[in-house]
Amino acid sequence: MNPSSAITAVTDRFPEAVSTSHTYRGDATVILRRQSLLEVTRFLKEDPEFQMNFLVDLTAVDYSAFGKGGRPAFFASSGVAVSPPPLIPDKDPWPGPPDPSRFVVVYHFFSTTHKHRLRLVVPVADADPRLDSVSDLWPAANWLEREVWDMFGIQFSGHPDMRRILMYEGFEGYPLRKDYPVNKRQPLIGPLN
Amino acid sequence: MPMELTPAPGSTPTQTGEPTDLETRDMMLNIGPAHPAMHGIVRIVAKLDGEKIEDADVEIGYLHRGFEKMAEQVDYNGVMPYTDRLNYVSPLINNMGYCMSVEKLLGIEVPERCHYVRVILSEISRISDHLTCVGATAMELGAFTVFLYMIKAREYLWELVEKVTGARLTVSYCRVGGVKADLPDGFTEPCQEAFKETRKVLAESDGLLTRNRIFVDRMTATGTISAEEAISYGITGPFLRGSGLDYDVRKDCPYAVYDRLPFDVPVGTRGDNLDRYLVRMEEMEQSMRIVEAALREMPPGPVLVNPETGRPIPAAEMVDLAKMGNIGAFSGACAVPGPTLEGSGRAQHPAIAAGEKRVNLPPKEDAYGNIEGLMRQFKLVMFGHGVRAPEGEVYFPVEGANGELGFYVVSDGSGSAYRVRVRPPCFAIMSALPKLIEGDSIADLTPTFGSVNMIGGELDR
Repeated sequence: MNPSSAITAVTDRFPEAVSTSHTYRGDATVILRRQSLLEVTRFLKEDPEFQMNFLVDLTAVDYSAFGKGGRPAFFASSGVAVSPPPLIPDKDPWPGPPDPSRFVVVYHFFSTTHKHRLRLVVPVADADPRLDSVSDLWPAANWLEREVWDMFGIQFSGHPDMRRILMYEGFEGYPLRKDYPVNKRQPLIGPLN
Repeated sequence: MPMELTPAPGSTPTQTGEPTDLETRDMMLNIGPAHPAMHGIVRIVAKLDGEKIEDADVEIGYLHRGFEKMAEQVDYNGVMPYTDRLNYVSPLINNMGYCMSVEKLLGIEVPERCHYVRVILSEISRISDHLTCVGATAMELGAFTVFLYMIKAREYLWELVEKVTGARLTVSYCRVGGVKADLPDGFTEPCQEAFKETRKVLAESDGLLTRNRIFVDRMTATGTISAEEAISYGITGPFLRGSGLDYDVRKDCPYAVYDRLPFDVPVGTRGDNLDRYLVRMEEMEQSMRIVEAALREMPPGPVLVNPETGRPIPAAEMVDLAKMGNIGAFSGACAVPGPTLEGSGRAQHPAIAAGEKRVNLPPKEDAYGNIEGLMRQFKLVMFGHGVRAPEGEVYFPVEGANGELGFYVVSDGSGSAYRVRVRPPCFAIMSALPKLIEGDSIADLTPTFGSVNMIGGELDR
């Protein structure tokens, strides 16, 4: 299935679930409403045309600082005024961040039978950062969802074991959120039982 | 300590012959974070019934360095040294994966020779990664000789890497839109020499391991996982192929020039540690085959300037002449830079860089000798400038030594990536580790953990 026919197949099957879609740089991307996540992912896994048996990656992006420009605080000390060089013009522009929602959770799927890829993007609002867990369908999602919780503070309902994974218990904040300062230090903790 | 095995008076043996009222208790055993058999820092809390592992909890994150956060702070080329430290046994594959994903975002294509150079170095790295994995596993099972042999072979390969990149481990060799420098002159010969030695080592190790009763018995039927289960856990690479599914990014989603190079994808049948060992052994041979074919087929390098007639001028001298406006004194000459910049001159430049002025650094002769070149250099290296990708998001996978290594890059059009996400192959394998060791005995943990080939830098980022 090529990128555009994959998008058509999902859109035709779930017209209310899909908000938009694009094939930027040849990557088939479907932007979903979050209520229909489980329904669509189950379909993708079980439908013989798709057979997305491999959840490649599950991650999130915090779009709250998107396009705000400016250099990160990390280098702000130099105070050099800079003007940005021109961009490389894009013939097939990207439609931009999908939604005014702060976060998106990004799923990458691959089918080892049909050898096609698909990306699902699910916007998640800052007020209620919560999404359904797909760890029943793909055990791979177990640790990946824990990482998203750890790094972005997005909860997954129905997850069997929601704990931090890379950071330690007692760590405060979510380090990959854009409002978490890169040079912030937290006290080292002693061993926990 | 002698154990009382006879049943206590009054108790009746069950069908299995065990007394019923003998008290048994599960034991929790903590392994790691620092343990000789854990190559890396990871903690496993195992629930044991006798010697059998009933359940396990794997705790990771001890080597978390905030790669993804740091990649948002520096410019696109500045991420390169961080990628070296992901899988530090095969850093060139990480370099290549990151560069190719940014190139996809930029919409540029590197020259053919550059693709070949990257493929050659990736495959050399893959061999060194597999050598480390197999060698370490063998050592933990008592075959110390094999470990020493394999590290010896790895040394030959790292010498090759050093010849090309100037470093053995933290190579930072690729650049967005190219590589740092071309292959050195006459690279084929030392490469053939190193492969001859590596093949000798592989034959010796094969003789020491593949028919070794102790090794085979400990590897067979331990850490077994079926292909369906493996893929549902997101396991890829030699680990998945050991279970019989022939998914290889190089074949199934070919990138660079892999579709033109001859190689086979070995698969196992049983999905146990022995199969994964055999797959890795065969993959090393296939990688050497790829490199040999690539060296034969790659477009010839630049015609190097004859030192007698090519007017080589030390870089510092060229800069001084240019400062005084004495352009005629060095026009047409080639700069002789320091050893770290060798191979990045005007002659080699078209072969190693995409030719996009907003992405690639200029040839050294231009940077030293004329104002346009100098400005171009500054526009790319100065704070706040550098490569600026258009707004967008891409995912690009390459076949890392442990499986599918993917980079998901989001750009908001500024000088640094908005979000860089690595899909680390051994993260998926580690998440399946409790499943793999469950039901095996505690001693089987060693070969299983060895074949996982956990690389802390990549797992914890």
